[in-house]
Amino acid sequence: MADEKTPIVQVKHLKQYFNIGKANEVKAVDDISFDIYKGETFGLVGESGSGKSTTGRSIIRLYNPTSGQILFEGDDISKIKNRSPRMKQFRQQMQMIFQDPYASLNPRMKVKDIIAEGLDINNLSKNDDERTQRVEELLNMVHLNPEHMSRYPYEFSGGQRQRIGIARALAVDPQFIIADEPISALDVSIQAQVVNLLQDIQKQRNLTYMFIAHDLSMVKYISDRIAVMYSGKIVELASADEIYNNPLHPYTQSLLSAIPVPDPEVEKTRERIDFDHKKHFSDDQRLQEVQPGHFLYCSDEQAKKY
Amino acid sequence: MEQVPKIPKEKFKLLHKKDNQAQESLGTPSLTYLQDVRRRLFSNKVATVCLILLGIMVLISVFAPVVAPHNPNTQRVEYSNLPPKIGNLDIPGFNGMQNMDGKSVDAYKAVNAPKDTYYILGTDYLGRDLLSRIIYGTRLSLIVAVLATLVDLIIGLPYGIVSGWKGGKVDTFLQRIIEIVSSVPNLVVVILMMIILKPGLVSIVIAIALTDWVTMARLIRAQTFQLKEQEYILAARTLGESSTKIATKHLIPNLSSTIIIQTMFTIPNAIFFEAFLSFIGIGIPAPNASLGTLLSDGQKAFRFLPYQMWAPALILSIIMIATNLLGDGLRDAFDPQSSD
Repeated sequence: MADEKTPIVQVKHLKQYFNIGKANEVKAVDDISFDIYKGETFGLVGESGSGKSTTGRSIIRLYNPTSGQILFEGDDISKIKNRSPRMKQFRQQMQMIFQDPYASLNPRMKVKDIIAEGLDINNLSKNDDERTQRVEELLNMVHLNPEHMSRYPYEFSGGQRQRIGIARALAVDPQFIIADEPISALDVSIQAQVVNLLQDIQKQRNLTYMFIAHDLSMVKYISDRIAVMYSGKIVELASADEIYNNPLHPYTQSLLSAIPVPDPEVEKTRERIDFDHKKHFSDDQRLQEVQPGHFLYCSDEQAKKY
Repeated sequence: MEQVPKIPKEKFKLLHKKDNQAQESLGTPSLTYLQDVRRRLFSNKVATVCLILLGIMVLISVFAPVVAPHNPNTQRVEYSNLPPKIGNLDIPGFNGMQNMDGKSVDAYKAVNAPKDTYYILGTDYLGRDLLSRIIYGTRLSLIVAVLATLVDLIIGLPYGIVSGWKGGKVDTFLQRIIEIVSSVPNLVVVILMMIILKPGLVSIVIAIALTDWVTMARLIRAQTFQLKEQEYILAARTLGESSTKIATKHLIPNLSSTIIIQTMFTIPNAIFFEAFLSFIGIGIPAPNASLGTLLSDGQKAFRFLPYQMWAPALILSIIMIATNLLGDGLRDAFDPQSSD
């Protein structure tokens, strides 16, 4: 996967600020750059408020980025206008799966209409029969009974709802899907089900995922490469194994040290590494490649050590 | 510990996937959202009764010239203040008998009315048929109510949605306008209206149109603020849905309970406002009837001729209760989760 290196999404110096110029200005995403390659799953982890969801929403243009470029298959999509034909096309290529399965489905719409929304907007079905048939296919793809399409969202469990959300995203045949913590609101027993479904669909349809999460073990399981975000910046980016076996940034080390192990003996001796914000950040730092494929947010001086 | 008995393999049967599917299949036919709403509404008996009651009232009001037994404004002073009488049936309270100086007297005979002359709900102090006046009065009150509701929906609803959806500067600007409008009491607006227009239906409706949408706009704005951060709205945006479509497909259905409840407050408010204006004498001008003027007239003679106030008061109360209960029923009907 990682060896066929054609980037599908390239983020260059993306900044997303809110309330610019006011006292409560927030630099939610502050100058981040990364590439996502075709067919891979790109994990984005970080604590609450680190800007990972904002990054996802900026890439899919729910927000208008403050500055920087977002290239999708070589096209800059960070400036295209809402309602332009280019935007309409882009909306079909990139889709999103949301965090809260209870809030992401309109309670007043039937499952059929929820899933077919993308078809309706883009006129992808010629008539009613074709529309119904397409919805049936999508429901089958996410392992739901097609007969359920005349039901309302409240009649489904969290896992089922999340799968309806996945079907809705797939309806327009996207190439790239941003999954914004798709499993964090689910029961642990359901999480694996949804993650496996996502992986199966990825294989079938050759999709690229950006997987936003805060559960490190799940991210390791699904991702090819992982970026660690902290306070609006990417502090480390490397392949999943590399991040886990050879974390270079103190913040990554701290995060990894927090993963509980289901073994009382280990847990007794597990030591958490504290992370002190002031100690590790200074103005001369930037994201640079310190080892092949391993990026670290550090100063030039620190980079020379590797 | 007792040994767990071994169960022979043959006793296990593979549960077929098919059986499982059959269990999950639905017996009920699939309906559209509006069909669902209708079904849920009619399964609510109270709401259905209220709907029928209001329907009858609306029909009678629409066909008032045909239904009303007399011209509501024709005065026959010789027949003034006659009590209710239905034909020559001897129903207590509707037999034309009146209490005079402690004695029960046939009021119709006293004024030498011909045998076939009777007024179902009696007459007022100018000898006008009360039933006809109530029919015309209800018609006027309902017109005021419908117009007030339309203004709520045509101005208040879009105003609130735009204000909440756009947010920021647009919202600030629109909210300042609302504050200015709502700071002027509507009684003042009506009185100012009198200067330009003659008192009557038009000035009342304009006064309501100018002031009444504010509450609706405020409520809708607050709800829209809440809804627009919902993930299904974000999902619709990532699918490329236009703002207008988001408003009609996602916002309005989810705002429906607020809209209905607010409308159910608007209707009685408008009717009461008109009644109040007519009561204090700056509403519908004489000789036209509205429920307000009828109450005002009836109140003057209530101690001696109570029927003149009972009838319009009863109609007004029925309209109020019916709209409220129908509103509750509609709100439940629009919410899929409340089904059956």
